[in-house]
Amino acid sequence: MATEITPGEAYGFFTDTSVCIGCKACEVACKEWNQLPEKEDELGFLGQSLDNTGELNGSTWRHVQFIDNVPDQTMSEGNGKAFLLMSDVCKHCKHASCLEVCPTGAIIRTEFDTVFIQEDVCNGCRDCIAACPYDVIDMDEERDVARKCTLCYDRLQGGMEPACAKACPTDSIQFGPLDELRNRAKKREATLHAQGLKEANLYGHDDKVYGGLNAFFLLMDKPEAYKLPNVANAVLPSRNNIGGYLGGVVTAVLGLLATVIALRERRRGGGESSESPEDARA
Amino acid sequence: MTSFAEAQHFVGDPEWTWYILFYFFVAGLAGGAYFLATLLRHWGTPADEPMARLGIYVAFPATLICPILLTLDLTKPLRFWHMVVNTTPDGFGLNFKIWSPMSVGVWALVLVSLFTVVSFLDALARDGKLRGLPAAVVAVGGTKAWNVVGAVLWLFIASYTGVLLAVSNQPIWSDTWALGGLFLASGLSGAAALLLLLSRYRRGAESSHPVLEIGERLFTVLELMLLAVFVLTLIADGTLDDAFGFPWILLWLVALAGTLPGLRGLAAGRLSVTGGGAVTATRVSAWALAPSLVLIGVLALRAVVIFSAQG
Repeated sequence: MATEITPGEAYGFFTDTSVCIGCKACEVACKEWNQLPEKEDELGFLGQSLDNTGELNGSTWRHVQFIDNVPDQTMSEGNGKAFLLMSDVCKHCKHASCLEVCPTGAIIRTEFDTVFIQEDVCNGCRDCIAACPYDVIDMDEERDVARKCTLCYDRLQGGMEPACAKACPTDSIQFGPLDELRNRAKKREATLHAQGLKEANLYGHDDKVYGGLNAFFLLMDKPEAYKLPNVANAVLPSRNNIGGYLGGVVTAVLGLLATVIALRERRRGGGESSESPEDARA
Repeated sequence: MTSFAEAQHFVGDPEWTWYILFYFFVAGLAGGAYFLATLLRHWGTPADEPMARLGIYVAFPATLICPILLTLDLTKPLRFWHMVVNTTPDGFGLNFKIWSPMSVGVWALVLVSLFTVVSFLDALARDGKLRGLPAAVVAVGGTKAWNVVGAVLWLFIASYTGVLLAVSNQPIWSDTWALGGLFLASGLSGAAALLLLLSRYRRGAESSHPVLEIGERLFTVLELMLLAVFVLTLIADGTLDDAFGFPWILLWLVALAGTLPGLRGLAAGRLSVTGGGAVTATRVSAWALAPSLVLIGVLALRAVVIFSAQG
């Protein structure tokens, strides 16, 4: 059923990793719609592996992680584990680290409550890359600006759902209004728990992680296993502003004190002129 | 951040490398030089005026070099002005984000350039190297108020570079709040060393040597205290090995070697001076060796902090 897309409402992705089969249709659809080129040498090393794009970067905005979770010991029948699969993407955080530090105003929140980089405003300072805790943003090697998933901003404006969600054959990637997605996610989590899969957990569906993620996940292991910082480590760059500046101020005061002491010690040693500083400058 | 538990970092590298390293280096030295010049001029003796002018001369090139280095580091250098002007459609106006050190730093750099250029012209005029300068420039550029505001701005520039790194999610950088202070203390120490080095070429500047030598010893102590805080904060977040593992330990050794002249002076003469302003501490025989070692240490400190966090 097609979702009606209305500006002013918050939209996002619910990615259910428990049904991801690693087909990478999302990656292909994303690359195709957004005309993203192959990154230089991208397929050179990883081309023959399951994970042949390797990471999210300036030209790979959807990336299916293949996380080796094969246990050393054989488990009981029907209870085996193999890869953890997860189609990773920009989280479009409510409190976005990238948006917080961007000095040019290139990173904005759109009318669909998504986080968007304006390519014609970005000057390539790369502060957003140092800030993004998910390693989502990267420089586009051809355009020389920072790029990432736009949540198919152009498709949303045209009333279409994002390409990756459209292409996903298992509904691992679901697109829709955030409230609806959150309800769906909670039901799915409850179902998995009822089936005995107690490890199933939602990540970013509430405000504990960066005020809530517009692209949130149902995970089958701890967040760290998917390279997602846990709640305690999901912190904004601005947390260090006050401490950093305070450290600078205290050091400046001590530096001033040190110089005053040096001036006083020199005076003690004698040799001070009676001429005023102004006289000497003239 | 989680206390005494390893901080989780999955962030990418911004690839801030050589341009940023030398920007931090130049900004730290210029900041310290202008600050010392201000104190020598207005709180020192008349005999300190030559060294004060030397400090202004040292700070001036930074107003050209720093913006050039920052611009070259951008992947779209011609859009450098987007730092101060927002070109977002329907959002045109000035950019200023107080919570973004990069934004605040750019504005501070613009302001400090104004103060430094005027001070520079004033110093040239007073040295008789510039004729026909508007009287207002000479009247303002060397005043206490002008120099103090300029010095405060320069202290900010020398310090915010550390805060800029800390306000991120990078390992090491974001695991400590000490970088702003550490870079400032190191900048002050380096500036004292640079002025001592260059004073050879400025007649009369040797009168200020005792102040700079004693100052450098104290700045070194301050730097080492902040280095200890830096280490403790990294231990708390479990990233000490990332910062001090091989090959970074080699750069740390160079950075620490830069504190040796200050420590040596402290051990030999503490803060004592004799009549005539001569320091009792044993001086390093080769005049350039000690200051050069300090300057290399200042550069190494910034290099190891910048590069070790970017794997």
